[in-house]
Amino acid sequence: MTAPWLPDEAPQIYAITHNRDVVSIRQTIRVLAQRCRLSLVDQTKMITAASELARNTLVYGGGGAVKAGLVEKDGRRGIAALFEDSGPGIADVNLAMTDGWTSGSGLGLGLSGARRLVDEFDLVTEVGVGTTVTVIKWAR
Amino acid sequence: MTERVPILRIGEVLVVSIQFDLEDQTVLRLQEDLAEQIVRRAARGVIIDITALEIVDSFVGRMLATIAEISRMLDAETVVVGMRPAVAITLVELGLSLGGVSTALDLEKGLARLRRSTISDEA
Repeated sequence: MTAPWLPDEAPQIYAITHNRDVVSIRQTIRVLAQRCRLSLVDQTKMITAASELARNTLVYGGGGAVKAGLVEKDGRRGIAALFEDSGPGIADVNLAMTDGWTSGSGLGLGLSGARRLVDEFDLVTEVGVGTTVTVIKWAR
Repeated sequence: MTERVPILRIGEVLVVSIQFDLEDQTVLRLQEDLAEQIVRRAARGVIIDITALEIVDSFVGRMLATIAEISRMLDAETVVVGMRPAVAITLVELGLSLGGVSTALDLEKGLARLRRSTISDEA
């Protein structure tokens, strides 16, 4: 999935290499969500999804980066975030997307839960190469 | 160096009010600090105030559930207070409904809940 970034505003890239980066990504996403006038509930869902995915990038992907910014399609605005790592990749995507399944010590709700919280979700992964997860939440 | 969440005491109840967005390490540390304080201060109840939290993700959600379980094993009851409506909606959709965690709308109601169950314990 290619996110339809706003033409006059390039998305910004933020590193995810430390626990504190997960906190600052939540704050970055909050500012963007407010700018595109997401409802309070939708802001909360998008920030929570970003928090799950940023932690995944850090813990399972061994660190990486997120590209985040505003998007526009058919006159609607939204917010997109693309999480990218060069970690081990996911061998079985269907299994990884199952509620409660985890390869680590988590609850197994990160990927499957994040998908439920956003409007668009796309996962591209290759074993030994890395994983990219793109999410979009549209303003209503 | 991670930040530390202060733990206050009101009678037999420990009160934790989370006032800032927590790093995962701070969350784990709070869990350990609380377990230790429950025993050291012979607390019967724990209140975790999350009024200031704009989001609760699966990591913090799991911490709330774990603290509730740990305190139960240490003979104390946990009540989570002040959850925002948007946070409740998001947690349920995330798949984390915190079944084992008791909640109250605010600090006052949370204290009243603990007082009632402590009294019924003694009766």
